[in-house]
Amino acid sequence: MKPIYLDNNATTPCDPAVVEAMLPFFTEQFGNASSIHSFGNQVGIALKKARAQIQALLGAEHDSEIIFTSGGTESDNTAILSALKAQPDRNQIITTVVEHPAVLAFCDRLEKEGYVVHKLRVDGRGRLDMDEYRALLTDRVAIVSVMWANNETGTIFPVEEMAEYAHARGIQFHTDAVQAVGKLPIDLKRTKIDMLSLSGHKLHAPKGIGVLYLRRGTRFRALLHGGQQERSRRPGTENAPGIIALGKAAELAMQHMDTENTDVRYLRDKLEKGILARVPRAFPNGDLHCRLPNTSNIAFEFVEGEGILLLLNKLGIAASSGSACTSGSLEPSHVMRAMGIPYTAAHGSIRFSLSRYNTLEEIERVIEAVPPIIEQLRKISPYWGEAGPAADPASRFQPAYA
Amino acid sequence: MWDYTEKVKEHFFNPRNAGSLESANAVGDVGSIQCGDALRLMLDVDPATEIIRDARFQTFGCGSAIASSSALTEIVKGKTLDEALKISNQDIAAFLDGLPPEKMHCSVMGREALQAAIANYRGEAWQDDHEEGELICKCYAIDSALIERVVRENGLTTLEQVTNFTKAGGACASCHEKIEDVLIGIVAARCEAGAIEAAPAVAAPEPVAAAPAEKPRMTNLQRMRKIEEIIESVRPMLQKDNGDIEVVDIVGKNIYVNLKGACMGCALEAATLGAIQQKLFEDLGEYVRLLPASQLEMAR
Ligand SMILES: Cc1ncc(COP(=O)(O)O)c(C=O)c1O
Ligand code: FES
Repeated sequence: MKPIYLDNNATTPCDPAVVEAMLPFFTEQFGNASSIHSFGNQVGIALKKARAQIQALLGAEHDSEIIFTSGGTESDNTAILSALKAQPDRNQIITTVVEHPAVLAFCDRLEKEGYVVHKLRVDGRGRLDMDEYRALLTDRVAIVSVMWANNETGTIFPVEEMAEYAHARGIQFHTDAVQAVGKLPIDLKRTKIDMLSLSGHKLHAPKGIGVLYLRRGTRFRALLHGGQQERSRRPGTENAPGIIALGKAAELAMQHMDTENTDVRYLRDKLEKGILARVPRAFPNGDLHCRLPNTSNIAFEFVEGEGILLLLNKLGIAASSGSACTSGSLEPSHVMRAMGIPYTAAHGSIRFSLSRYNTLEEIERVIEAVPPIIEQLRKISPYWGEAGPAADPASRFQPAYA
Repeated sequence: MWDYTEKVKEHFFNPRNAGSLESANAVGDVGSIQCGDALRLMLDVDPATEIIRDARFQTFGCGSAIASSSALTEIVKGKTLDEALKISNQDIAAFLDGLPPEKMHCSVMGREALQAAIANYRGEAWQDDHEEGELICKCYAIDSALIERVVRENGLTTLEQVTNFTKAGGACASCHEKIEDVLIGIVAARCEAGAIEAAPAVAAPEPVAAAPAEKPRMTNLQRMRKIEEIIESVRPMLQKDNGDIEVVDIVGKNIYVNLKGACMGCALEAATLGAIQQKLFEDLGEYVRLLPASQLEMAR
C-alpha cells in the first residue's frame, strides 16, 4: 500500500516542478553568479528571478529585502544576534516559551552570556497574553522574536498586531514564519515586521535553503563575514540550485494558497473529527479557532506517543509526536508542557500535518487505522481498565518514582 | 526514529504476557508519568518453591519500555525469586540484543519493577536506590548522576579529568559544555562550603603531574609486583559489589585487565577503570593506562 505522509510540518517533499527548475543549475548552469563571463551571468539572472518570486510571496516592498540563507535556523540566529550587536545599548530579548529550538536554544545561550531574555507564557490553548507582552516593551529591549505559527499545534500568534506595539516603542520585531509561509497569506509591506525567517523545505523546496527578510532601513549586523554576496549581509557563494528551487516553490505556493485554506483545511478537519468521534479520551491541542489549516495535534490519554508512531509506521502512515527536532529527549514537548497539558496526555500527543498532496482516500484510511492502535496500547497501559480509563487513574496506579 | 534491534521491534509489536494477572501474589509498580514510563509487573509465585509460575505486565511507555517489559516477563518465568533477584538491567538489554543509550533506563525500570514485586511478595518495603540524571554523554551513555558522583568523590575540577575517569566527552565532544556545567555547579557548591579556596586547580592532583622523578626507579620486576599489589588492594572493594579484576598483561605503559562479574559492561565500568587508573598513577608515580584485556588482541 502506498505510504501516507502526514508529517509536513517536519519537512515536505520537493514538488516535481521545483526539482525540474533547479536541475540545470547543477550541470549546464554551474557558473558563479559573481563572474563576469556568460557562465555566471545566466545564473545571476536566474537568482534575480527567484528573489522576485520570494518577494511576491512575502509581499515585500523591495527585492533587496530578501537575503538567502541556509534555512530557518540560520535566519533565526542571524536576526536575533543582529539586533543585539547593532544596538549595544539594548540587552533584552522578548520571545515566547513555545518557540522552535532555533530561537529558544539560542536565547538560552545568550542568557548565559548575560543578555536578559523574557519568555512570554501561553494559556491552555497556547495563546499569548497581550498585556503581559506590552508591559515588557521598554527601551532596554533590542528585539521581539515571536513565531507566526507554532510547528507543533499550528496555533497562530497575532504577530502583525505585536509588531505594531514593538514598532511604536522603537523595538525591532522578528518573526519565525517557517510554518506560516505558504499556508497563510502574508503581505509584509503592510506590516511593521522588520525581520522574518522562512525555510525552503517546509514549502516543497529542498532542505538547506531559506530566507531572512530584512526590512529596508533596519539596523543590521551580519552573522558571517566574507565576500559581497547578498550585499555582504550573508556572504558565501550562492546556493544557486537551492535559491532557484525556492523561487519556484514560492511561485507554486502563491498559486496554491487557496487550496491550503479550502481543500487541505477540509481534509484536516475531517481527519480530526473522524478520529475524535471514534476514540474516547482524546482531545485536540492548540487554539482551534486560530491555527494553520494543515495541522492537527491530538492528545490520546494514557498511552505514549512513540508506541503510536511505531504502530502507525507499520501501516505506512507517517506522523510525529512533538517536534521532530525534540524527539531525542524524554520529556514531553516543551510546547505541551507550556500549555499545561497533563503528563498522561502530553506524552500521547500526536501531530498530523497535511499538505496539498494528501487525498481524501488517505485521510479515510488514517481515520480507520488510528482507533485500533490506541485501543491496543491502552490494553497494556496500567492506567486503563478493562473497558475504559481506570475509575480514578491517578490513584489506581501510583508507581514508585524511579 | 530510534535505531531499535529486530528483537526490540519484535517484542514491541508482539508483546509477550501483556495484561493483568488475576492470580498475582507479587506486584511491583515503578516509573513515573512525568518521564513517560511506568510499569506494573505482576508475578504468580509458588509459595512452596518460590518459583515464578507466571508473569504479566502493564506498561505506559515508549516502544523500548514495552519491549523491555515483555522481555522481563519472559526472563523471570520459571526462575526462583533468588535467581530472579540476580537479573540485572544489562541482562534485560542483552535479551533484546541491546538498547539505544537514551533508552537504557527502560531496562533499569524493568529490573526495579522486579525488585519491587519481590519485596512486595516478601512483605518488605522496597527502597528505590536508583539514581538517574539527565543523559549527558550519548557516546558513552553517561548521565549527570554518575558524573556528579565521580566528580564529588574524586574532587575533579576539569573536563579532561572527567573524561579520564568516566570516558564522558571522549568522543564527539558535543557534551563538553554540559559536562562543564555540571562541574561548575559542583565546584561552586564546594567553594561555598569552604572546602576549597577558589575555583579549580587545588582540589585534585593532575594525573600526569605526579612527579616520577621523586621516586627511585624500580626494576621491571619490582614495578610489576607493585602493580599487582595495587590491583590486589582494590579487589575487596569490587568483590563487595560482586565484581572482580585481574591483571592479564603489562605492556609498557599499558596495563591490561579483566573486569569480572557485576563490573563487566556495567555503566560504572568506565568509572571503575578510571578510579583504579588514578590510584595507579598516584601509587606508582608514573603515567599508566588501564585497558580492558579485549584490547590486548588489537594491540598485538
Ligand atoms: C518554526 C520553525 N523554525 C525553525 C525551523 C528550522 O528550520 P531549518 O530546518 O530550515 O533550519 C523549523 C523546522 O523544524 C521550524 O518548524
Ligand atoms: S556525547 Fe559525549 S563524547 Fe559524544
